[in-house]
This record gives sequence, C-alpha cells and structure tokens, in this order.
Amino acid sequence: MKATTDASASHDEPVVVLPPSAPLTASARGTGERLIEALLTSCGLLSLAMTAGLILTLLAETIAFFDDVSPGAFFGGFEWAPRLAHQQFGVWPLVTGTLLTTAVAMAIAIPAGLLAAIYLGEFASVTTRRWLKPALQVLAGVPTIVFGYFALVVVTPALQTVMANLSGFNALSAGGVIGIMLIPMIFSLSADAISAVPADLREGALALGADRLTTIFRVLLPAASRGIGASILLALGRALGETMIVAIAAGHQARLTADPTVPIETMTGYMLQVASSGVRAETVEYRTIFAVGALLFAFTLVMNVLAYRLQRRLRQEAVA
Amino acid sequence: MTIRRRRRREEAFRALCWVAVYLPLALLALLLAHALVEGLPRLGSAFVSDFPSASPERAGILPAIAGSLYVLSLAGVIAVPLGVGAAIYLEEYAPARWSHLVEMNLAQLAGLPSVLYGLLGLGVFVHVMGMGTTAISGALTLAMLVLPLVITTTREALRDVPGASREAALALGATRWETVRQVVLPVAWPRITTGVVQALARALGETAPLIMVGALAYVSFLPDGMSSPYTVLPVQIFHWVTRDGFVPNAAAGVLVLLSATLALNVLAVLLRQRLERVEAERQEVLP
Repeated sequence: MKATTDASASHDEPVVVLPPSAPLTASARGTGERLIEALLTSCGLLSLAMTAGLILTLLAETIAFFDDVSPGAFFGGFEWAPRLAHQQFGVWPLVTGTLLTTAVAMAIAIPAGLLAAIYLGEFASVTTRRWLKPALQVLAGVPTIVFGYFALVVVTPALQTVMANLSGFNALSAGGVIGIMLIPMIFSLSADAISAVPADLREGALALGADRLTTIFRVLLPAASRGIGASILLALGRALGETMIVAIAAGHQARLTADPTVPIETMTGYMLQVASSGVRAETVEYRTIFAVGALLFAFTLVMNVLAYRLQRRLRQEAVA
Repeated sequence: MTIRRRRRREEAFRALCWVAVYLPLALLALLLAHALVEGLPRLGSAFVSDFPSASPERAGILPAIAGSLYVLSLAGVIAVPLGVGAAIYLEEYAPARWSHLVEMNLAQLAGLPSVLYGLLGLGVFVHVMGMGTTAISGALTLAMLVLPLVITTTREALRDVPGASREAALALGATRWETVRQVVLPVAWPRITTGVVQALARALGETAPLIMVGALAYVSFLPDGMSSPYTVLPVQIFHWVTRDGFVPNAAAGVLVLLSATLALNVLAVLLRQRLERVEAERQEVLP
C-alpha cells in the first residue's frame, strides 16, 4: 500500500497517506491494485505504441522503397508515373498538387474564418453569439465524403457555368470545398483567441480615439495573433491531409502545374487510388504509397508541432 | 478622415464579416437541399433493404448499413475500454512528467490525417499480422483512429471531478482503484459516454482509412464474422459518386449517412442528460 504519493503529486495536491489496514486484506487488495495499475499502465502506453508503430511502418516500407528507387529520382524528379511501362518516381507533381488544393483551401478558410470570428467578437448580438458557434460546429461534423459529393456534383458544375474552361475534375472546387470545411476550425479557435484579449486593451484603444476598425486591426488581431496562428497551422495540417474531397473532385492525373482548373493528383489522392485498386504487398507500387505517406506525415507533423507549441505557450501565458 | 467615411468603412467591413458567417451556412443548406432533391426519390424502404446492383434503380445500401454497424461496434468494443483505461492511467496514476509526453503525443495523433491511420492499418493489420482486408482489420483501424478522441474526452471528464472527492475517499481508507471505480468514474461517466458516442459518430463518416485497408466497392452479402469482407456507408457513397448514373444513389446514401451521424450526436446529448440525472438522484439517496 505504498502507491499513493505520486497520484496526488500529478494533481499538485497535498500528499495523502493511507492509514494501514489489516495485514490480510491489505495484501489481497494490494495484489488486485497492482494488477489493475499494470493494466491501466499498458493502456496508457498504447498511444505511444501507436505512434511508434506508425513511424516504424512508414520507415520500413520507405527504406525498402529506396532500395528500388533512388532518393534522387524521388525527390529530384518532375514526373510521377509509377504505373506506366516506363516508370517515373518524381514526387513533385504530387507535392504541387497537394500544395495547390491546400493554397485554394486556405485562401478561402483564413479570411472567412477570421472575419466570422471578428463578427462573433465585435458585431454579433447576444442571441447570435449563442447559436452561431454550435451552428458552425454542425458544419465541422459533416463527414468529408459528403463534402466530396458536394464538390463534384454541385460546386464544379456551378463553377463551370461561369468558367467555361474548367475541367470536370480540378483543384479549384476540391480546394474550395476543403476551405469551406475548414472555416469552423479557424473560426472557433480564433474566436476564442479574440475573446481572450483583455477588455482593457480594447477600451484603451477606443479611449485614445481609435475607431472600431483600427481597434480590430491594430489591437485585437495582433493581441490574438498566437491563437490565430495556431488555428491556421492546424487547418493547414488538415488541408494537406484531406483525402476524400480531392480523391473525388480533383482528379487522378499527377501533373506539375499551378493551374487550378485542370485535373491534378495529390499525395493523399494517389495513396487512396492505389490502395483501392487492390495492390499486392512487396511490390514497388505498394511501397510508393508508404514513401508518399511518409512525406505527408513529415508535412503534417511540422504543422502540428508548431501549432502545439503555440497553443502551449498561450496556455502558459493564460496561467501567468 | 471624416466621421462619415469612417462610419461607412465600418459598415462595409461589418457587412463583409456578416457574409463570412452566413455564406458557409448557406452553402451547407444548399448541400442539404441538393442531396434531398437528388436523393429523396431514391430513398425508400427498398433502398435501405436491398443489395447493390448494376442498375441504379435497384441498387440498395443494406450491406453498407450492416457493415457500418458491425465495424463500428467492433471498433467501439476495442477502443472504449482501452481509451478509458489509458485516460484513467494518465489522470489518476501517471507521474506528471509522463503525462506531458503522452499529451504531446495525443495532440499529434489527433492532428494526423486519417488516411495515415489507413496506411498504418494496411501495413500492420492487413499485411504484417496477416488479417487481410477483413472486417476486423477495418475495425482495428477505426479503433486506432478514435482512441485519441476517447482518451482526450475521458481525461477532460476525469479532470472535472473535484479533487476533494478523491481525497475524501482515500482518507476513508479506500484504495486507489476503489476511489476511481466508486467515486471518480460514477461522476465522470455521463461525460465519458457523450465523448465516446461523439467519437463513434466521427468514425461513422470516416472513408479514407477504410478504403486503405480494403473495404470493398461491391458487396452482395452481409458481414458474417470478423474475417468477412465488408463495405461501409461512406465507402459505398464514394463508389456511387464516381460512377455514371449512380449520383441519385450517392445522394440518398448521403442522406442516410447524415441522418445516422445526426442521430448519434443527438443520442450523445440525450444520454448525457439522462445519466447526469441518474447520478444526481443516486447522490441524493446516498447520504
């Protein structure tokens, strides 16, 4: 019955020491307690094991991939055609495809999410404030397959009525719909950041004669910039990794282009296409999806780590 | 700048903000309306009770509904005890240093694109462990996907239980596990349940990871065990949306999927209210 001290230590609470019980019950209880603690500990280690498993799987298959394909051909090549007789493994078309849909998505999600957050903090009435957040959360809960349907069946035909040269599969509708999907994410975190700005700052600016817009752009947004930055980084990670919308609406033609009106292929779209065509293990094609997956993992990891650090610094400041 | 010009600029900006709020909501309404117009004619009792078919008018969604139910239940059975157990360890047992490391790791896992969970499932469950493209591979993959969510919401629920309750139990001579089981968990349970159901609602809509681990496009039977081939609702929708002539079926599938997701989220709220009432009554009876 010694295991009481660190539980309370983890809560920063006073140390509680149990009174000794009768010897027999104590030992019977002690065995059960230890068993349960061991079980719970293994559950706790599971999430670390998952990360380790993911990294090991990606590494093993990627190393095997680079036995067959030189890293120079992968990182230095500008043509991606692993399924043609004359195989090409240059990953750049997939990377630019991903960056293109992500850029379109962020061009929509950042301004819309921020403006909506400003609306909530500065202009909205009390009743609007109450329902606006839950309403946008509904948007965030819609499965991505539904947005994919929307992009292909509604958005692309609608855009084609104004853009005659828009292809049936393109980065514009796919990225645009990803952007709409990410508005609630940027909105919600940014709104929190804006509402956390001390009222003194806003009142000080107004007292100095600044008008509302000046207060918003010179005082509120800079003061909330870390929270806003974190929300943008998290949204970036989501946009880079979004799969179904691009698989449905962006096409499956890996090509090096910055033109959002033609079919392209993203890293995620490629992975999905290969897996859904039932590829056999131990082949180069099977390994390509792990190499591409490892690259995607690296991209999103950078975004998530940066966002995590920003958020943690924010929390520390809030405590201080 | 004159006051009037400032006013006008402010009004213009305010209108812009208003558009940013209502445009996404309007698009959501448009999406719903479109799915209703396209899908409702196809949505009938035959649609939800028929097997897929080469002709869109006769193609139903029954195997996908059964597959979703089956894979989701399996995933829940796997992920919930593990996730709740992990959260109890982190909140009630683990030293603070550990908690920080795991917390960072959980934040990373939660931000990981779901397609990468599919890649992990494909590498580990389908190939290394030799489970093949079966229902259990899909369930394990989904379980990994919801695990960080279950852990995070359970931890929040546990953290909200007042420290004084724990100390009182310990002071009365309860062991640590007795404290957790009889004092902490009953109070936290309503919130944990809500979190679990919400996590499952998210898993219901996940498409990419299940395609990665081999959910099929065309299934003419119901899953009859863990090693059965299967499909799920969103994967079925995916294959219909990309197939000529099947868009009404995809729209009807979207309606079914959205209703099911909504139903789960409503269930989460109702469950929480009910469980909180039960717990409140229990506490009134106790002293």
